[in-house]
Amino acid sequence: MSSTLLEQKQTPKPRIITTELRLTDKVFRGVVTGGGLISLTLLGLIGFFLVYNGFEAMRSAGMAFLTGFEWVDAVPENNQPAAYGIGAMLYGTVVTGILAMIIGVPIAVGTALFLSYYAPAWLKKPMVVVVDVMAAIPSIVYGLWGYFVLMPHAEYWAKLIHKYFGFIPFFDMPAPVFTRSPFIASLVLAIMITPIITAIAREVFAQTPLERIQAAYALGATKWSMIKAVVFPYGRGGVVGGAMLGLGRALGETVAVYTVLNLVYDIRIEVLLSAGGNVASMIVNKFGEADFVELQALMAAGFVLFLVTLIVNFIANYIINKTARE
Amino acid sequence: MSSTDGKNTNNDREETMSQVTGKQSRAIQDPSTIKQPVATHSLSDVASARRAKFGQPTNGSTGLEAKGVHAWFGKKHVLEDISLDFYTGTVNALIGPSGCGKSTFIRILNRMHEFIPTASLAGQVLLDGKDVYESGVDVTKIRLRVGMVFQKPNPFPSMTIRENVLSGLKLAQIKIENSDELLESCLRRAGLWDEVKDRLSEYGGALSGGQQQRLCIARSLAVNPQVLLMDEPCSALDPGSTLRIEETIRELSSSMSIVIVTHNMQQAARVSDYTSFFLSDGGPGRLIESGTTAEIFTNPKQKRTEDYVSGKFG
Amino acid sequence: MSQTLLVAKPNRPWKLTPKQVLPDLLGAVFTVASTLLIVALSPLKGKLGFAITLIFMAILTATAVSWIRRDRKAAMNSTTTVLVYIAAAFVILPLISVLYEIVRLGSVGFSLGIFTDDMAETSSESPLTEGGLLHAVIGTAYIVTFATLLATPIGILTALYIVEVKGRFAGLVRFFVQAMSGVPSIVAGLFIFAVWMIQLGNAYSGIAGAFALTVLMIPTVARTSEEVLKLIPQDLREAGLALGATQWRTVAMVVVPAARSGLITAVILGVARVVGETAPLLLTVGGADAINLNPTQGNMSAFPYYVWKNLLIGNENSISRAWLGVFVLMILVLIIFTLARYLSTSRGVKK
Repeated sequence: MSSTLLEQKQTPKPRIITTELRLTDKVFRGVVTGGGLISLTLLGLIGFFLVYNGFEAMRSAGMAFLTGFEWVDAVPENNQPAAYGIGAMLYGTVVTGILAMIIGVPIAVGTALFLSYYAPAWLKKPMVVVVDVMAAIPSIVYGLWGYFVLMPHAEYWAKLIHKYFGFIPFFDMPAPVFTRSPFIASLVLAIMITPIITAIAREVFAQTPLERIQAAYALGATKWSMIKAVVFPYGRGGVVGGAMLGLGRALGETVAVYTVLNLVYDIRIEVLLSAGGNVASMIVNKFGEADFVELQALMAAGFVLFLVTLIVNFIANYIINKTARE
Repeated sequence: MSSTDGKNTNNDREETMSQVTGKQSRAIQDPSTIKQPVATHSLSDVASARRAKFGQPTNGSTGLEAKGVHAWFGKKHVLEDISLDFYTGTVNALIGPSGCGKSTFIRILNRMHEFIPTASLAGQVLLDGKDVYESGVDVTKIRLRVGMVFQKPNPFPSMTIRENVLSGLKLAQIKIENSDELLESCLRRAGLWDEVKDRLSEYGGALSGGQQQRLCIARSLAVNPQVLLMDEPCSALDPGSTLRIEETIRELSSSMSIVIVTHNMQQAARVSDYTSFFLSDGGPGRLIESGTTAEIFTNPKQKRTEDYVSGKFG
Repeated sequence: MSQTLLVAKPNRPWKLTPKQVLPDLLGAVFTVASTLLIVALSPLKGKLGFAITLIFMAILTATAVSWIRRDRKAAMNSTTTVLVYIAAAFVILPLISVLYEIVRLGSVGFSLGIFTDDMAETSSESPLTEGGLLHAVIGTAYIVTFATLLATPIGILTALYIVEVKGRFAGLVRFFVQAMSGVPSIVAGLFIFAVWMIQLGNAYSGIAGAFALTVLMIPTVARTSEEVLKLIPQDLREAGLALGATQWRTVAMVVVPAARSGLITAVILGVARVVGETAPLLLTVGGADAINLNPTQGNMSAFPYYVWKNLLIGNENSISRAWLGVFVLMILVLIIFTLARYLSTSRGVKK
């Protein structure tokens, strides 16, 4: 054990510590790991079973499944094969989603700013509760409300928009039917995603370093120039991520859209017209009387929806996590 | 006794009288002699005053010993070749500026070091001559024998005072017959009994910071450790609470060895028998000097130790 | 000589004096007055015309007042202030409308009798005094209870894996659970249909619906629990381990008790997330008009399904029933929501 001075000068190698866990801890860690991996497995299983059941439909249709406009069952008497394409529905889903973002994001960001920097103290707390309540309202409620309460108003707004902005191709009308349009669906979706985006934007704004805010005020900034100079640069990533989470929600929404949107298997640019598409609503719509082949196509459509929302969510969470870490 | 005696409660007096004898002990118990000498006397006076009161520590059997300990966080070498003996029945202070590896070292002693994912180490820590890092050693048993008190008081929030003190037994699944007796003796030894004896079923979080820290000490005592590690136990406390904890430390030192990390040199001088000075010059932390507390504060061998204890840096 | 005595009185010189508030007040009055005038004189008519004019005039007045009194920077600040207030109003208005309409249209048919009868022998066109939604109450109770029993352990174990065990896949699991919370509910329904019905050959049942809701509930429970566990100070875990406890004992006796009310909140939020889910139930429970007490066999109903079905039937009384169902569903959601908030704020994780 005696060591010379020379030996002591040398830095030894780190030892390998083997911590022998007690049996209880081994069991504990095993059970928890098993439980933790169930979630992971579940996500994989969702993808697998949708592909497994929808593969045949995707294989037989090929790319036409994504690009085709038609959704017709086979008619054996006429020798007409089935044709399943979700192109129009996918297009409609994206259009309503983006439109909902255009309407919802500014309102959500404005509300988040209001809650963070403008609202008087007595109003702030109840407002936060209001936003949380809105996020907790089931989509069927929004569907019912959207159909019976919002639609009569929105129809009138759509007519006005058409009257004054009809020269813009989006607001043109080939037929005077203003109900159940992508515009109205987007309004309902905007109302549904606003609380989600507001909550995330507010969280990000709340993390803005106080010193920077005070530094901006100390330089004579008004509230708005402070927000522009400090809050927005800091919270940009979080707002973008929150908006994308909202988009993911909007893309996958089913019953609320179903009640206020007229599904038409066609791609139309006019958003005020009573003709739109939505993958999730289509699945509900066709599911009831689907035969086995059509069911496979619906599974495939579900897989596409799953994949699209998953990717949107991945990107959103990546951005939010990255912002949170900085 | 002087009029300042009145500042101590009756309970304190009874307790301390039974533990330490003679007039001399009063001098160090008395808050006035601790608050004032800080300004008027030098640290060496405080240290030698303590030695006069308690006598030279007995170099009894080696309880805990560190041999050539190095530590790393990832690639960063944070401790270099530390060898220290901690004798049973002594109080050992580790002093030094922030970032010199004192806390890392003390966490190595009861194997808390390995909870930091990137951490590694070299060397040996011997408890009664056996290496605690030997493979096959039951870590939980080591931590039962080497207790720890943390910087911030951390009583378990979901437990009452009583449950907190006895939590170690429940956590380590030790069965005991007369838990009430143990409860009282632990709280008495931690100097908390009289303050909490009527509120044992209240939650630990309801106590003041200093009381919480003494509750944490009582909690560590319940499992009857051989060594008690204290990582800056008073840094989050007010001076009054600090004083109570220091009293507790002195009382405990008769039955176990105590290793205390402190930033406060007066505290080291007041409570410890041995002092070790750690320093890092940007590289890994090293043990610069170790000796009896009186020596370190009166007659340090190293220039750097002298500079530090005389307040030239740190 | 009392005047010479300087008594410091609390004073807030930065508070707006009435004199300073006056221009803003005048501005507000001008905004409303001018709006009324414009609506009366111009072709802009109705509520919409009034709202648009009001917004326009409010921005214009606020900007002009600031610009005249101060400078362009102040004007910009005033414009954005008005815009931010308008955005907040846009968020509140739909909620008020939703709640108002639910109460107005839903409370009409409300009576305690609806909790004692189902729709088995009642036609959809019968008045609301006949029949009830007991079958939906029982269905939702079954489905949500089973989903909670399945999702709670999995969700909390997932959170424990990420926070306590910190296993090799912790980062991956965390990321995927985040993404999983964005899985559309219809996809969860399709998944259960693919596995439980197509692959395993089962028929519609309450339990199938519970499986689908479990998929949706796990991420909510896991993510909230994860956040709750992260709030437990590391010190507490170390204190437990330093007392010679195994990790299992430390988690079970120190960490989980300290986080208890937070974990309960996580489960309640999970329930709130799924109790009103409609789409997955449309593909899994089959729907029914009669009470079904067997969750493993036979079609079952639930609140959202009841609302959906009556909405699709579309006659006057069935639509009233849909509103009635929404009314009861919203009361349920608000109770759950209030419970979660109460637990998380008043008796949440102790510091």
